[in-house]
Amino acid sequence: MSSENLIEISSVSRTYVRTDENEVEALKNISLSVRKGEFLSIIGPSGCGKTTLLRLIAGLDRPEAGKITLEGREITAPGPQRGYVFQQGSLFPWLTVEKNIASGLKARGVYQEHKGDVARFIDLIGLNGFEKSYPHQISGGMAQRVAIARALINRPAALLLDEPMGALDAFTRADLQDKLLELWEKNGTTMILVTHDVDEAVYLSDRIVIMTPRPGQISEILDVGLSRPRNRGTEEFMALRGKILQKLHLASSVPQPEYVI
Amino acid sequence: MSQSFSAVKNSGAAPAAGRGRLLERKRSGGRYMGMALLSLVGFAAAEAVSLAVPDAQGVDDTVYRFLLAGLILLYAGIAVFSWFDEKRRARFLSRVSFRFAMGLLLAVWDLLSTKTGILPLPFFPGPSQVTAVFQDDFAFLLSNTFYSLRLFFFGFFSGVVLGVGTGILIGWFAKVNYWVFPALKLTGVIPAVAWMPFALTVFPTSFLAGVFLIAICAWFPVAFMTAQGMASTHKVYFEVAKTLGAKQSYLLFHVALPNAVPQIFTGISTADGLAFTTLVVSEMMGAKGGLGYYINWAKAWSSYYKVYAAIIIMAVLFSLIMKAITLIQKRLLVWQRGIVK
Ligand SMILES: Nc1ncnc2c1ncn2[C@@H]1O[C@H](COP(=O)(O)OP(=O)(O)OP(=O)(O)O)[C@@H](O)[C@H]1O
Ligand SMILES: [Mg+2]
Repeated sequence: MSSENLIEISSVSRTYVRTDENEVEALKNISLSVRKGEFLSIIGPSGCGKTTLLRLIAGLDRPEAGKITLEGREITAPGPQRGYVFQQGSLFPWLTVEKNIASGLKARGVYQEHKGDVARFIDLIGLNGFEKSYPHQISGGMAQRVAIARALINRPAALLLDEPMGALDAFTRADLQDKLLELWEKNGTTMILVTHDVDEAVYLSDRIVIMTPRPGQISEILDVGLSRPRNRGTEEFMALRGKILQKLHLASSVPQPEYVI
Repeated sequence: MSQSFSAVKNSGAAPAAGRGRLLERKRSGGRYMGMALLSLVGFAAAEAVSLAVPDAQGVDDTVYRFLLAGLILLYAGIAVFSWFDEKRRARFLSRVSFRFAMGLLLAVWDLLSTKTGILPLPFFPGPSQVTAVFQDDFAFLLSNTFYSLRLFFFGFFSGVVLGVGTGILIGWFAKVNYWVFPALKLTGVIPAVAWMPFALTVFPTSFLAGVFLIAICAWFPVAFMTAQGMASTHKVYFEVAKTLGAKQSYLLFHVALPNAVPQIFTGISTADGLAFTTLVVSEMMGAKGGLGYYINWAKAWSSYYKVYAAIIIMAVLFSLIMKAITLIQKRLLVWQRGIVK
């Protein structure tokens, strides 16, 4: 195991039994190394097992075969070294913005020692003035920032993001993407981002993992290799974007029995 | 509701409409004063009837007249107090019609009873005779009111605490759920007063027996709703908490329990109503004091006017308790405002 790698996923499979007794191979024999400090995106058509993979890394679910390690230790349960950001609606509705962020510390019982971090993170995500607001009083984009801050305040080794911007409009999304980059650069946290949005993946990532469904497998891992800060309009950007779109198109044009009418 | 009022609100949002707003304010101010007066007119009419029309029944009108004067002063005070705040003004205005009608109703009641004797005694005493009890029987009424209050407080409080405790155990531990929940469902449907004979033999005093009965009747809905509220916690909140490093105790006390608070209050409101019933019934059947006991005692002497007096106290007392619970609920559930209606 290389010391550069933070997370090792080796030959992991996960099968779900659906209610109709059919089995779904959500993940089949997946192996992947996540480097320390990198920004990794996972992209692929719906149902290819992206969420499943992320939940396995988080420890919210267990693989049937294979294993996942973080710094050499097997992941068996969820924990604060792997922060998790859900697509939406994961803030505790009974806590204010401030207290939601603090809940990261309180859950671990270290609030007293790190109290000051709360204000720092509110500052970092640009939500000053909204400390005392409740989740239903802020916008979707703000809510996702809070969710990210809540996970980051625990200083996790990796932040796992499952389509955190999927429910946002284009402007808010672009805004949050820049925020995410800023947080990544400031904190050095390894990022694993699941997304549907090719543009987003190219704009943010060091590497992009392309997955294919039925069974869920990794078809390719691309190095982005563009210098930062990135510009969405450059030729290289467009070229890489086109290449990924083509691969995704190929991936989803494989005959799929479920789609036959 | 009042049109001129919403106009004031709208123009308040647009500072450009300076003079128009001033005019609106003046006009609505005049309207407000008129309406405020109207809410006093009903009670004033009742007062006038009481003072001007000669009595047919030989009763003492003093307390009734003082009460009416008190109400007039109270509402006049509220009207002045509400003047300075637009929300309060609107709320005051919304209640004007009802207060006016209340005053008229008192006047009519007075006319039909004290003034003419059309309503037959002893079953339908007039307002003067009923309210006179507050003075004549002051000490005895007061001690019984305190008895009821104490009984209610001890019973209800322990019932709610036990209910939340049981609910947490049922909602969190599968084993407790398996063994206790069916038992809760089975015993919970029994009206608490059915335990009365049992309670009276087991407990040394009728007061403790009452506490037990009220606690039992409050316990069931609170326990049930607490367990249900915890079970309804969305999975995502538990998962988030776990990825933040939460232990079981955090999941229980900082995720499942806060999630259940709205339901707990639904349970408490239900329990509240049941507890009033149980309180009065247990006082009427076994206790040596309380408003229920007072009613029974008054009935035995055919003093129906005293029964009515006790009922009025109950109405005021129970409304105040309900109001207090609603206030606590509102405070604890600020986070819900805007999510639910
Ligand atoms: N708890 C579950 N029970 C049964 N089947 C499941 C479960 N979770 C996932 N699956 C199945 O596993 C497959 C992969 O699901 P997963 O949610 O990982 O896909 P995804 O790539 O995240 O899709 P999307 O982009 O739509 O979110 C799907 O066919 C899904 O139906
Ligand atoms: Mg998914």
